Amino acid sequence: MAAIFLTVSKYILIVLMAVYTFQCFSVFKYSDEKERDGIYIRQDAAMSLIYLLSFLILYVQTGDTLLLKFYALTQLILWALILLYRFMYPEASKLLVNNMCLLMSIGFVILSRLNFSKAKKQFIVAMVSIAMAVVIPYIFKKFKRLRRFYLFLAGAGIAALLTVLLFSSSVNGSKLSLTIGGMSFQASEFVKIIFVFAMAGMLTCMDEKYRIPASAATAAVHVLLLVASKDLGGAVIFFMVYVIMLFIATGKLSYFIAGLAGAAVSSVLGYMLFSHVRVRVTAFRDPLANIDGSGYQIVQSLFAIGTGGFAGMGLTQGAPNKIPVVEADFIFAAICEEFGTLFGICLLLVCISCFIMFMNIAMRFKDMFYKLVAVGLAVTYGFQVFLTVGGVTKFIPLTGVTLPLVSYGSNSIMVSLIMFSVIQGLYISVRSANRTG
Amino acid sequence: MFGRKSDVSDNNKANKEIMAVTYIFVGIFILLISYIFYFTAFRSESFINNPYNNKRAQLLSEKIVRGTVYSRNGEILARTDSDENGNEKRVYPYGPVFAHAVGFFSQGSTGVESIASFKLLTSNDSLKTRVVNDLTGVKNKGDCVVTTLDTSLQSVAWSSLGDRKGAVVVINVKTGEILALVSKPDFDPNRIDEIWDAVNEDTESSPLLNRVTQGLYPPGSTFKIMTALEFIKENPDTSGYAFDCHGSFLSNGVKISCYHGTNHGELDFDSSFARSCNSSFANISSTLDKEKFGRTCTKLLFNSELPCPYNYKSSYVDMNSDTGFAELIQAGIGQGRTQITPMHMAMITSAIANNGMLMKPIVISSVKNIRGASVRTYSFEEYGRLLNPDESEKLRELMRQVVLAGTGSRLQGTMGYEAAGKTGSAEYSVDKTKSHAWFTGFAPYDDPEIAVTVIVEGGGSGGETAVPIARMVFDEYFND
Repeated sequence: MAAIFLTVSKYILIVLMAVYTFQCFSVFKYSDEKERDGIYIRQDAAMSLIYLLSFLILYVQTGDTLLLKFYALTQLILWALILLYRFMYPEASKLLVNNMCLLMSIGFVILSRLNFSKAKKQFIVAMVSIAMAVVIPYIFKKFKRLRRFYLFLAGAGIAALLTVLLFSSSVNGSKLSLTIGGMSFQASEFVKIIFVFAMAGMLTCMDEKYRIPASAATAAVHVLLLVASKDLGGAVIFFMVYVIMLFIATGKLSYFIAGLAGAAVSSVLGYMLFSHVRVRVTAFRDPLANIDGSGYQIVQSLFAIGTGGFAGMGLTQGAPNKIPVVEADFIFAAICEEFGTLFGICLLLVCISCFIMFMNIAMRFKDMFYKLVAVGLAVTYGFQVFLTVGGVTKFIPLTGVTLPLVSYGSNSIMVSLIMFSVIQGLYISVRSANRTG
Repeated sequence: MFGRKSDVSDNNKANKEIMAVTYIFVGIFILLISYIFYFTAFRSESFINNPYNNKRAQLLSEKIVRGTVYSRNGEILARTDSDENGNEKRVYPYGPVFAHAVGFFSQGSTGVESIASFKLLTSNDSLKTRVVNDLTGVKNKGDCVVTTLDTSLQSVAWSSLGDRKGAVVVINVKTGEILALVSKPDFDPNRIDEIWDAVNEDTESSPLLNRVTQGLYPPGSTFKIMTALEFIKENPDTSGYAFDCHGSFLSNGVKISCYHGTNHGELDFDSSFARSCNSSFANISSTLDKEKFGRTCTKLLFNSELPCPYNYKSSYVDMNSDTGFAELIQAGIGQGRTQITPMHMAMITSAIANNGMLMKPIVISSVKNIRGASVRTYSFEEYGRLLNPDESEKLRELMRQVVLAGTGSRLQGTMGYEAAGKTGSAEYSVDKTKSHAWFTGFAPYDDPEIAVTVIVEGGGSGGETAVPIARMVFDEYFND
């Protein structure tokens, strides 16, 4: 009987996910939030059913009642979050609230399956972050002079990166985090958000003739510090974010093209200068030939995705723990193995709908500063999703970044939640401005 | 995608750029999704059948009874037996005969057991049976794999190699089907768990090594096939070639001796090849364009990937414009640093036999479900042209002369077919009297069907040791 339940629920999960994903895109057909209400209800239903069914499977397979308690608690909190936004911030984007909750809930499910203690830890950090993040939209309403503090923000970002570079111990050759009082802080995660505000400030508030050189120099320092810390993924993200923000701010295609050309040149330089870059590229080009060394991770990831196939092995039926750091950088491979690549593609589409929504919000602003902040955060998010999903599927070389809101990692989940809340704050402010104005 | 027009007002000129960036990102994401689709649909199957993915195969085998492996004649090469307690055992009825060809599935996996691992662990039984099995808690039956291996040919190849170390491989030149694949020393796959430590520690004779595809050997005189091909390419009319052999060749301080110092006397190009005269071939090599020779070798898949279903090693030859004179003429007679696997040698031979076209070697011809209904049939594919028809015809003539008037004389007087080939006696140590015995050839000469490659480690002369083994294989194929 258990086998039938597993097989049937595997397909039901894919259908529910497809329903949810379809609703994400049908949102864009209507412009008024009221017309969209039915969509959100359907999404909430699909999301709750996915969550319930997944935990039922986990419970049937393990018989661990603690899982049911965890399910009940997390489900209540997620519902509470959705309701809280409805009443506290009626102007917020319900699509983003839903997507945020769906991505987190899939993260909780797969983490519970991979390593329950990590799921619990992730939940605690998420709770704290949500409590912090819920007030962010309010801060945005009240505190409007943030843009003038660009120099302070740029300095803080650089200082944080520099501190990590100088004082942190290295993990796998990369200097990424600083441990303070038992908590580990991955500076580049937090600096991502600060950086976007600093750049937006510089590109809008500085004296016209200093804007471009000053922002370019600041961005270059950030990128170089990340390169020195061997944080490849971070460096690439910061670079792309700046290039695109500059393009939006100036409207000059030549900057965009020059930026991309610069990216190409620095990739080649990076390949020639750094052995760890060459290792990644070698592993990307022929992972099977390097299966005992640099290719091991990506081969295990592809085994997981390939063995799972379109429909997946079924939750708890695969061997995702064979992949090193599966809970963080390789979470997408674990999801594909057990839920199937069709489910994985739907998940990716949900992330894409978040990105489109971020960009959509950016377009609603008349104020260039907010426009740039929204674009910067959108690109940070979208590019990170591309790097991690592309990396674990061997579409591009691995860069070792997490899937926002889904991957395990206290810094990652906290920063992702803050990022979503900042966007919500921006959205609320523009909608209330439109209504009064 | 972006809602009301009025949101995108004209005084917001940057929105055009934001729109452009959004479309670029969405475009890249669509590429990524297409790639994930493509990988899952077309690439994942060959990728996951890998010994390193054994953990997942083991997980599947808890739910599915591993399917049966058949020979082309319908005999069982591997099956899973269950006792009354539900304990399963993988049984290999032929014992060591198919040790490397079929391999094993325990302690990792090898051979067909590895290549078709996930096919054997997929059940395409009727939906009804599978649902009933699920409900009653019975394991589903995995699909069966039909190989291209021929039981009788494999048995003859296996027994004619005897206790000697070496390898035999037989390929159908018109289809690419691998008919027999023997590597010795071997082991009994039925007892793999018990003997695992012993065979792994035996690094001297390495019984687990599939010598056909992973054994790299100096090619010795069989390499003269490549040298002859390059000479024909550079000198389309070979009739003017003449050489007077006194048992050795000396040029620029490099001395090449004939096998056992034989004095071959007056030779033309064809007899130089037939009698495998090292001196004459050193002389021929000294005239060759190293860069073009290197390209010819690459065309013949040296230093390259091979279309081989088994795990294999790539062959190696050092031939380019930087190659020194001594290295050139040593390579020309198959000595020096050149290394080749018997499988690669058989592929070159089968291309020559098949007018220059190499058929992609396969070992799995079809997959059937437990009731015998076809799940998938694999078609024969051309891999590519290794040499042109004129060149391959000339090489076939040269290889026929080896049998008629040269070192392959033990293939004379065969019943029902005429064979052609090339022998080799490859020195492998400082002791020049020790050599590996090679033969690679095909039959029938007029309309080739199969290619046979034999190597006997330390077997001495190819003509004396390897040719008789090949003859037994040819006899079995053509007289049954």
